[in-house]
Amino acid sequence: MPATVLDTPFDPLQALKQHEQTLEAGSVGAAAHFIGTMRNHNEGVSVSSLTLEHYPAMTAKELAKIIDDAHAKWNLIDCLIVHRVGTMTPGDPIVLTAVWSAHRADAFEACRYLMEELKSRAPFWKKETLADGGDRWVEKNTDGYT
Amino acid sequence: MSITVKFFASLREQLKSPVSQIDSTGIATVADVWAAAADIPIPDHVLCSVNLDHCTAADPVKDGDEVAFFPPITGG
Repeated sequence: MPATVLDTPFDPLQALKQHEQTLEAGSVGAAAHFIGTMRNHNEGVSVSSLTLEHYPAMTAKELAKIIDDAHAKWNLIDCLIVHRVGTMTPGDPIVLTAVWSAHRADAFEACRYLMEELKSRAPFWKKETLADGGDRWVEKNTDGYT
Repeated sequence: MSITVKFFASLREQLKSPVSQIDSTGIATVADVWAAAADIPIPDHVLCSVNLDHCTAADPVKDGDEVAFFPPITGG
């Protein structure tokens, strides 16, 4: 499964290790990964928890397309995306993107591509519960890979 | 002869009585779907999809489509 959405906590390093076992031994020359975790603050305000909503069928389709696009742009051996939904607390991993390739330039760039495109194309939305008990939707998005 | 309509996140919370299924008769575009299913004018910066692909409000729709409206994406 190159892209997985989970509604329970996950260990990114464990996910990497498991996925690496599926790759052809000795074929990889470079591996790059990014792990996003929940912060306890955002825009100057303390945040106690975060709830991620998504559009499941479209998320699956869009994540698969992002991985296909990465394979078309760079020479890659494999990609992995794992993304949390549901409620999480500070320190919890939110997202893992990982790329395996023969050479480092492909791995570095493609890993950044997966993350930036995910943030602009895959339909996830964050709602923060603040330390004062209120809540708010995160409204700022990003432009994707440039 | 119907179109399925979905609203997500903050957009869903803004609507008092969103409609999840509309009659496709006379519905030509995504904007028409919004007008038939939502009880407020379409807000700025709303994103939309038809059958799980990103689209614009001017894109065409047909009977049996699934149309979704949502705010800017904030995952990752």
